[in-house]
Amino acid sequence: MIKVQREDFDVGAELAALSAGRGEVGAVASFIGLVRDVAGPGELSAMTLEHYPGMTEKQLGELEAEALARWPLDRVLIIHRHGRLLPGDRIVLCAATSSHREAAFEACAFLMDWLKTKAPFWKLEEVGGQSSWVAAKDTDEAAAAKWTKNE
Amino acid sequence: MKVLYFAWLRDRVGVAEEIVEPPIEVTTVGELIAWLAQRSARHGEAFADPAIVRCAINQNYAKADESFSRTDEIAFFPPVTGG
Repeated sequence: MIKVQREDFDVGAELAALSAGRGEVGAVASFIGLVRDVAGPGELSAMTLEHYPGMTEKQLGELEAEALARWPLDRVLIIHRHGRLLPGDRIVLCAATSSHREAAFEACAFLMDWLKTKAPFWKLEEVGGQSSWVAAKDTDEAAAAKWTKNE
Repeated sequence: MKVLYFAWLRDRVGVAEEIVEPPIEVTTVGELIAWLAQRSARHGEAFADPAIVRCAINQNYAKADESFSRTDEIAFFPPVTGG
């Protein structure tokens, strides 16, 4: 399930719903990404997430399908926010459910690594009244590449 | 045809989308970037380093040698930084 939204989400309620009534599910692995305070104490900072409506949902949907094809999962959930967020705010929730923990853990890590390099979101940081676009990291590319199948 | 821009590409070009009519010999993403880059000083700045510009055709990632049609939705944007 994919949700792209401006509003915050209730982590407990989302995870509970993901496994509710699914008797064969024995493992729920999840990841929550938060806005870090990049300004330091006493400075105001914020982060605005822009995205490409339509392509975001399409790319996240393909990610979900890829995870379901690679691991014996019951369900996948990705919730990603957009708009202006403050330090401590939740940005993303990613979760995978399965009978056993290995598939759930691995799928959750895979989803975040690929999301980082494929989902069309861009972060604009505000620090002390100055706005700047966050640059992509080579380490994210490397993390995503380790899940590429050798064919 | 319609071209969309996001994040700092939009800031540099100055618009979120525009209608452009590239000449018929412009058929690939790389050729379109080269053609767009000479439209104005702002376009030139936005596309100064094509290696860090990402492209999507109809919301799928596309490389420089991929062809597009005049009815496709073409978008240009920086490497993504979500999550």
